Amino acid sequence: MENIILQLQSISINSYIWLSSILFIIGIMGVLIRRNAIVVFMSIEMMLNSVNLLLAAFSVYHNDPSGQVFVFFIMVVAAAEVAVGLALLVMIYRNTQTIDINFLNKLKW
Amino acid sequence: MEVIIIIALTGIAIMMAGALNKPGFSLWIAIAGLMLAFILNFRLWNTNLHLFNDMIVYDNFAVVFNALIIVSSALVFLLFHSHYSPWEKHLDEIAALLIFACTSMMLMTSYGNLVVLFIGIETMSICLYVLAGSRKYELPSNEAALKYFLLGSFATGVMLFGIALIYGASGSFDFHGITSYLTSTGNQTSSMFSIGLLLLTVGLLFKIAAVPFHFWAPDVYEGSPTVITTFMGSTVKIAGVAALYRLYAYHFAAIKPIWATTIMIVSALSFFAAVLMALPQKRFKRLLAYSGISHAGFLLMAVLAMNQYAASALLLYAASYSLATIAAFTVLVEVIEVRWDDELSVFKGMGAKNKFLAFALIVAMLSMAGIPPFSGFMAKFMMFSAVAESGYIVLVVFGVIASAISLVYYLKPITLILSKDESNSTNIKLSWEVIIVLVVTLTLTLIFGIFPGLLTGLL
Repeated sequence: MENIILQLQSISINSYIWLSSILFIIGIMGVLIRRNAIVVFMSIEMMLNSVNLLLAAFSVYHNDPSGQVFVFFIMVVAAAEVAVGLALLVMIYRNTQTIDINFLNKLKW
Repeated sequence: MEVIIIIALTGIAIMMAGALNKPGFSLWIAIAGLMLAFILNFRLWNTNLHLFNDMIVYDNFAVVFNALIIVSSALVFLLFHSHYSPWEKHLDEIAALLIFACTSMMLMTSYGNLVVLFIGIETMSICLYVLAGSRKYELPSNEAALKYFLLGSFATGVMLFGIALIYGASGSFDFHGITSYLTSTGNQTSSMFSIGLLLLTVGLLFKIAAVPFHFWAPDVYEGSPTVITTFMGSTVKIAGVAALYRLYAYHFAAIKPIWATTIMIVSALSFFAAVLMALPQKRFKRLLAYSGISHAGFLLMAVLAMNQYAASALLLYAASYSLATIAAFTVLVEVIEVRWDDELSVFKGMGAKNKFLAFALIVAMLSMAGIPPFSGFMAKFMMFSAVAESGYIVLVVFGVIASAISLVYYLKPITLILSKDESNSTNIKLSWEVIIVLVVTLTLTLIFGIFPGLLTGLL
């Protein structure tokens, strides 16, 4: 176990920060650009997972387990969120026969 | 702690009661649970509990705000019961979600750790996504729920990234650890910490719908069932502002120069832009949504003020805002029930046949606009003087101008109510729950307007 931590720490923390920032930005772009609701969900999951990666990396570098515990909390919450989101999607599909979010334009200023 | 547990158990009990298939039973469980929690809550006054390694800090700020959240949730619950019970099949499940959202809001006011803050916000949001879509077969409700869900979880992602960066910079989720990190660096934060703080703020501002992050609010408010909109407009907003206030005034007070400008700009933008956007609105729900955004701006002023008056001004403002919002939405719920429309014109000539409803709406509007003797006036006055005390004179001037402009749209429904045109006014029969809600909100609005010391003396 000590060995793994040493190996992980041999990569500089900046690389982890860059990697998770890039993943996070890909997630944001996905939410903003894609029109299929399921792909948007996947992009949101990607954002959350990039945060998980970042927290795990920080946790190793600080030698502090609380970051990894927080990752579990995020996983639980993300699972609950996706369950609710997919239920909402099924509900919308039943009523409109589509999951394209461009169809959600009935409510306007 | 018992308070949070009791409310959570109330939610579970309501869900169990759903299996018994006895409609109306859940109301009594909820009322009993909320009343018990309200009483136990005040037993914790001045105890300043620190629980679970400072994960939960139950100080006087948490006690009063939780009391406010319990009261407004109870009022919304009464309204919910009178409005949903006639035709909803899954009444108890929806009722349980309301109570669970209330539980998580109590975590938001009393967190001492970023983990608890995150869990509070997320649990509340997940409950609200379902509640917004609780009219399964109505398209606006579906659309509101999905919009709220997509934008809300996007904001959650941003907030989490901020928390991760703060953790990376300071090495702790606990505010003691973060504070000792800040003192060790002499309150000079690394860029990683500053970016993290900014992203965390963005996530929180999204939840209270302050201006650059408000775009979801009018759509979601309009599409959701009106009772749920009441909940989102009153209780959820109070909890969000309390969370922000605790974060900044309690934990990040030492690094005020870093965040003060951001909060000031957001606050000024919120009340000013929202007031201007509310002016052309034709629908009452959207109008109240924009009014809620502008009030979020006024509530944020307390975060900036950060002196001995700030907390009490925030409490009075939050109380008067939520009472007035609940009263206004209650009237709207009753009117929509009969007219199936929320255009402003449905209020035309309402004063002739529905005197009580008309009176309630007039009081709510005047209180939100800040006209004495209602509590909105004292709240605005105290908020402005607290902020002026800290030297933000320009912000106060803008605030006064914005509330003067806001009179235009608050007086619009009042003139319609008092107009002589009685052609389309129908007599609306009120259920006892609605009468209780209106009497309580109006009485408290008047009492806090005349004796604001009852609330402001608490903090």
